[in-house]
Order: sequence, then C-alpha cells, then structure tokens
Amino acid sequence: MIEIVMSSIIAFFILGGAFFGFVAAIGLIRLPDMYTRLHAASKSSTLGVMMMMTGTFLYFWYVESYVDTELVLAVVFIFITAPVAAHLLARSAFHADVEPYQLTILNELKRDETGAPDGNHGERVIIEGKRRPDLENREPEK
Amino acid sequence: MNTFLDVVIIFSVIVLAFAMLGMVYRMLKGPTLHDKLVALDAFGVLLMAMIALTAMMLGTTHLLVVVLLIGILAFIATIAFAKFLEKGVIIQYDRNSDE
Repeated sequence: MIEIVMSSIIAFFILGGAFFGFVAAIGLIRLPDMYTRLHAASKSSTLGVMMMMTGTFLYFWYVESYVDTELVLAVVFIFITAPVAAHLLARSAFHADVEPYQLTILNELKRDETGAPDGNHGERVIIEGKRRPDLENREPEK
Repeated sequence: MNTFLDVVIIFSVIVLAFAMLGMVYRMLKGPTLHDKLVALDAFGVLLMAMIALTAMMLGTTHLLVVVLLIGILAFIATIAFAKFLEKGVIIQYDRNSDE
C-alpha cells in the first residue's frame, strides 16, 4: 500500500515537472514578443524544475534510501535566482529598445526624447474602458 | 512498482526532449538577441531537470552534484549576458556612467 502511495506521489511530481517544462516551450514558441515569452519561460519552467527536483528527492529517498540535501538546495536556489534573472532580462531588453507587442495597452516606463514620462502611455485607455479596435484588428506580425 | 516509475521517467525524458527542441528552435530563430537569451535561460533550467531524470534512470547519485552546478552556471551566464546586451560591458568600474 505504501508503495503505491509513494510511487504515485513521485510520479505526480515528475510528470508535473515534465508538463510545466513542455508548457514553457509552447509559450516560448507561440507567444508574440520577448516580454510575453519571458513571462512564459521564467514562471512555468521554474515551477516545472522545482517539481522535478522534489520528485527526484523523493525518488532517491524512497527507492535508494539516500537523502540528498543538494536537491533541496537546488530548489531553493532556483526559487531565488529565477525571478532575478527574469527581471534583469526584461530590464536589459527594455533598455536595448526591444519593442513590446503592438497590442500592449500599458507601458508605464515609456519616455520621450527629453526623458520626461510620456503622457499618453495608455493608462487612460484602461480607466475609461475604451478599447482600440483599429489596433486589435491589425494582422499580428510574425 | 519500479516498472511503473521507469515508464514515468522515460516518458518524462521524451516530453522534456521535445520541450528542449522547441527552445532550440526559438534560440535559432528568435527575432532579437534577447529572445535567444530567454530561450537559452529556459534551456539551462530544463537541462537541470533532464540531468535529474538521467540520474534516476541510471540509478546513480553522483549526477546530483551536476544539477546544482548547472543551475549556478546558467544563472551567472544569464546575468552576464543580460548586462552585456544592456551596457556593452560586463564589469563596470564607474557605476554612474551610462556607457
């Protein structure tokens, strides 16, 4: 009985890790611009690899009777560093003038040539509930 | 019951291999350099999971050190590459300069 329960838990964690890794790959291929791809890649693959590390830890604990604390350290390390890496990537991309997708409706960091905040950065569109059908019906660029 | 876990592990290896193939596609095609860098970062993270699966398949515990090592190296590589693409240098001596 305990074999079935433990094997099911280990299989759940391993299959969950593989599933979220696959979701990250689908997001990387399908999403339109760099920022949304970063959103998919950082969140989903982090959760996937954390589940996979937990499954590996339980597997070696149960099957081989070997407790490996480095896997716990790997989980904590991924949990700390993945948001930092994603934030640095997004910051680097924004300073390198990577264009957001054309249907992006809020860009709070946008500046004009003098360095002042751009007054027309789309916040009003959200508050008044206006939509932009001229932009939404445009063909998405590859 | 070990057969069940073996099937699960081999299935996960196949799924992760296809996921890594998709990231290689984005790494080769990505319109900007930053797209390629995002794909490289996610590829490094998935490589950790792949090596953990390999350790379970082979039944050895020696590969578990490699998991942590690859995680650290992928993080440092991402940081250095992002800073290089932003500023053109990696190590800055004057922290207030725009160069």
